[in-house]
Amino acid sequence: MMMCKEATRLMSLRQDRPLKFRERLSLRLHLSMCSACRECDRQFELLHKAGQHKASASEGTDEERRAP
Amino acid sequence: MTQDTPEARHRRLIDVRPRLVSFALMHLRDLSRAEDAVQEALTAALEKDGSFAGRSGYETWVFGILKYKILDVMRAQKRQGKWQPLEDEGDDDEPIERQFQQNGQWQKDARPSSWGEPEAAFENDHFWQVFDACMIALPDSAARVFSLRELMGLSTDDICRELGIKENNCWVILHRARLRLRACIEKGWLKETAS
Repeated sequence: MMMCKEATRLMSLRQDRPLKFRERLSLRLHLSMCSACRECDRQFELLHKAGQHKASASEGTDEERRAP
Repeated sequence: MTQDTPEARHRRLIDVRPRLVSFALMHLRDLSRAEDAVQEALTAALEKDGSFAGRSGYETWVFGILKYKILDVMRAQKRQGKWQPLEDEGDDDEPIERQFQQNGQWQKDARPSSWGEPEAAFENDHFWQVFDACMIALPDSAARVFSLRELMGLSTDDICRELGIKENNCWVILHRARLRLRACIEKGWLKETAS
């Protein structure tokens, strides 16, 4: 059974490359049983989105532009 | 459209400048260097104003110019040997080890809690203050790799080529950076908001 620390390694890894079949399987199994790791996974996902958010220009003016 | 006159674009440059500086600071980790890079990007944006196709995405275009400037500065720093070697930063794993027990399970007081919906967090100024502070608190090489990956959007393959490290090393650094960031943000954001 994979432990949380190893699970976080795979969660991090999948932000950077597609997981291999076995990695995906063992991570999925772990996440199905571990609520703390599910939160950590969401946090890594949020960090990823935060990076994109910071690197884009999406305040106010974008919306003005999107308006028809 | 009034938005697309050169004057309107100048105003938009002034508006977007603080966010450009904050972005450059994440990468260069030095305010005066960050401001210099932004100044160069803004100058280039004004000079090339005619080559901007109009329509939409002016700020995105300016961010794109800044990204090139930042990569230039980083490459120059690397050439001048101003970087610590990336390989030996195992010096301080404490913030990571502290989150786990010996057997690899979460420490009780480090168990991740919910941060809510990303969109709500992103609209919260305090979240960004904490995020920026936690980025600054990262060790140099972790911050450099993380910002190239998540802010600049480079692949780990490209980062390795840029920094001259092995891809496996890159993944290890990113794993540590994310664990540090999550712990730091959770502490600074959730716990303060709750109190």
